[in-house]
Amino acid sequence: MFYREAGDFKTSYADDSQTFPIRFDRLRYYAVMAVAFGVIPFFINDYWANAVFVPFLIYAIAALGLNILTGYCGQVSLGTGGFMAVGAYAVYKLMTAFPDVSILIHVLLAGGITAMVGVLFGLPSLRIKGFYLAVATLAAQFFLVWLFNKVPWFYNYSASGQISAPERTILGQAVTGANTTAPAKYLFCLIILVALAWLARNLTRGTVGRKWMAIRDMDIAAEIIGVNPLTTKLSAFAISSFYIGVAGALFFAVYLGAAEVGEAFGIQKSFLILFMIIIGGLGSIFGSFAGAAFMVLMPVLLKNLLVGQLGWATDLAAHLELMIVGALIVIFLIAEPHGMAQLWRLAKEKLRLWPFPH
Amino acid sequence: MNQMNPEGYVTADGRKIGPVLMEMKNISLRFGGVKAITDISFDIREGEIRAIIGPNGAGKSSMLNVISGFYVPQDGEVWFRGYKRGPMKPYQVARLGIARTFQNIALFDGMSVLDNIMTGRLTLMKSGLFSQAMWWGKAEKEETEHREKVEKIIDFLEIQPIRKTPVGRLPYGLKKRVELARALAAEPKLLLLDEPMAGMNVEEKEDMCRFILDVNDEFGTTIALIEHDMGVVMDLSDRVVVMDYGKKIGDGTPDEVRSNPDVINAYLGVSHD
Amino acid sequence: MPDQLLYAIEAGLNGLMAGVLYALVALGFVLIFKASGIFNYAQGVLALFAALTLVGFQNGQIPFAHLINAIFGTDLHTFGWQLPAIVAIVLAAGVMVILSIIIERYVLKHLVNQAPIILFMATIGLAYFLEGLGDIMWGADIKKLDVGLPQGINETIDTVTYNAFGYGFFIDNLDIVASVVAALLVISLTIFSQYSKQGRALRAVADDHQAALSVGISLRFIWVLVWSIAGFVALVAGIMWGSKSGVQFSLSLIALKALPVLMLGGFTSIPGAIVGGLIIGMGEKLFEFFVGPMIGGATENWFAYVLALLFLVFRPQGLFGEKIIERV
Repeated sequence: MFYREAGDFKTSYADDSQTFPIRFDRLRYYAVMAVAFGVIPFFINDYWANAVFVPFLIYAIAALGLNILTGYCGQVSLGTGGFMAVGAYAVYKLMTAFPDVSILIHVLLAGGITAMVGVLFGLPSLRIKGFYLAVATLAAQFFLVWLFNKVPWFYNYSASGQISAPERTILGQAVTGANTTAPAKYLFCLIILVALAWLARNLTRGTVGRKWMAIRDMDIAAEIIGVNPLTTKLSAFAISSFYIGVAGALFFAVYLGAAEVGEAFGIQKSFLILFMIIIGGLGSIFGSFAGAAFMVLMPVLLKNLLVGQLGWATDLAAHLELMIVGALIVIFLIAEPHGMAQLWRLAKEKLRLWPFPH
Repeated sequence: MNQMNPEGYVTADGRKIGPVLMEMKNISLRFGGVKAITDISFDIREGEIRAIIGPNGAGKSSMLNVISGFYVPQDGEVWFRGYKRGPMKPYQVARLGIARTFQNIALFDGMSVLDNIMTGRLTLMKSGLFSQAMWWGKAEKEETEHREKVEKIIDFLEIQPIRKTPVGRLPYGLKKRVELARALAAEPKLLLLDEPMAGMNVEEKEDMCRFILDVNDEFGTTIALIEHDMGVVMDLSDRVVVMDYGKKIGDGTPDEVRSNPDVINAYLGVSHD
Repeated sequence: MPDQLLYAIEAGLNGLMAGVLYALVALGFVLIFKASGIFNYAQGVLALFAALTLVGFQNGQIPFAHLINAIFGTDLHTFGWQLPAIVAIVLAAGVMVILSIIIERYVLKHLVNQAPIILFMATIGLAYFLEGLGDIMWGADIKKLDVGLPQGINETIDTVTYNAFGYGFFIDNLDIVASVVAALLVISLTIFSQYSKQGRALRAVADDHQAALSVGISLRFIWVLVWSIAGFVALVAGIMWGSKSGVQFSLSLIALKALPVLMLGGFTSIPGAIVGGLIIGMGEKLFEFFVGPMIGGATENWFAYVLALLFLVFRPQGLFGEKIIERV
């Protein structure tokens, strides 16, 4: 009854192209932001931060990035894990080389470095398409992981071959290192995520976004109506990799604290992020959030249910999780290739007319 | 004959035709050993509706693809607005002001009608990545300005009610119209239409004819079109190029072409009298 | 001959043998791709699943024993019998056929007319599902697979090369068997597709789905057939690889190696799959031999992909693929 666009008239084109054209949506958005910034930080503890919120926020950034490349620009990448590793190792080198510079700047720089690497591996996308490209991005995945494993300079010649994040502060609050409190981790990631999501939304609703989608939907036609495929695809690779690099940097510095490249950023991570955007919704900002939330929450719930309640062995639960994830991917691709975001949209369309559908 | 006047001429129904806009000089195109186009020359004048006709496999679509820069001919020159066009990518050709529609509709299925038409204006939009990411100043202003232009085209082609519908859901006839809208949105100097009436019923054909004539009349857009339907072509166009087996066999006004013996042979088979 | 060169030749020969196994997995990919346009990422997991099933049957394991134990609190493990290898292989092949029918019925049928990339992602989902299923059915521990294939150094080659060059080449008997089996498989597949009725239907489907349907070929039957054959090829690959290094998860990563093989050989060409496999197998061993020591080793992890990537940039259709003409 409250969800209405009737009576919500637009008097300018700017009004019509805003992010939440319907008043109820806008209000709900403000409410979510108020809870995220005003309520959760006061209640969050270490378990919730580490099991749910921080991974969700970080994966949401990575999913946004991959969604820009795959969902909007149509270039499937299986190199996400490798690019996250670039972000992680970049931020590690920057943190240890320039301890006095703010961690925030390091994270953004790490994103920038990843963007450059992304463009490099994106170059072949001009010649090869579809799953050929997807397989080609595997080259990035395996090469990068190998590189960080084999070249000691990247992990500062540490004996274990691991990288670990030293303590860095923002406004006197530690955001990395062992002394970081749950609210600090949470807020740091949240602020970055909100800023990046806002930028992604702006990019995707304007000219750049239309170019990406044009290339995605029909690349030849796009080129004939004046889209330069080179700059368009590379811009998608650059921006996508920036997001993924930032996510990798946060994943290492804030979430893990210490990382070994093959374990933290292996091929499984690439698939995880890809699954997030398939289940959440290709080509949808909201879908990136929904998919990240789903893929973070599901294992936690399954584990609590099967291991905690029923007393199953952990490995059995893990195998069942594989099956469930696999089946869900297939089911979503069959039933709703646009993922949870599309289900959400359909529900809203129904609501808009409810209770008088005619 | 007044059509040979380099400065232009006035048609029977009072439209002004300007000087030569595009000239194709001795174009030849091969795919491996197959000759798609052999040594064809013709010109297109400003404000004109120019048709390219011919039986199946005559090389019409290849010719259109040469004009729009999708195929690069092995021999010959393309002159546009007084300059010889060097080797160019299709998107660069689009920026010169050449827009087109496609025989098999090539819309962006995942986007709304409005977004599809907005893509037509991509070549005219200038705001940078950064200002778009921030959605400040220039980007937002530009978006609104271009939206106004696009809305005019939406009004013109009478597709207001489907503005926000995803293109994938539209019926065939409307898709064709949206495609025309996208091409028009680019404000082209030269508009190429690849079989705009293919697969349409009589009513839709009439609508499309009306739009083509209106576009030419109101915006003064030069139009080059390929069409199978002889009746439509003869009614619409000022001058017609006839192709057969990759060669030009006729060129002139509809009446001239109609009485050309080669053209009759190509369409009706060789007569043996 | 200098030692260095001899070692290199030996490494190259071993690479060729490894390449045969890549080619074997790649063969499964090509079959499915040709018949249905599906880029089947799950092919490697099929091989893993087939090998797990084979070992399970051989050792008389009770399927889903862990799951049953967890739910009902029982303590089941095996039926307590050992099946002869040949019986187990037949049974495992039967399971692969049933699996193909299930996949066609519940996955492929619903994905007709989707974009290739969607199909590709669906097979990634399928791969996850099968991996989980295999683990739940048979347990995730590393298993030894022995169907009685000869293993260990081939003495004849060792002796002959020692007498000729003063250095005996180490070539595993298993690799030789694998090469022979792969060759037989390719020959019989070729004969099947060229001369049998189903084979002709298969080629028709590969050419054009619509046209094949219109002359009365059942697409669904062909798909089941192709997936069954691919399942059988996977079983063979699983046996070879499993005998060599045990049945474990890393087996499905071999499948990933088949991808660059395909990119090199072209997705639609059976000879391409074989030549591609040999090039990749030999290339990565030689690269590791010559360049590996200088840059830290373990280059096999990425060499195949980078080679395929570079190759594709210059020849997007692969070695034997047909040139792509773009149209509007």
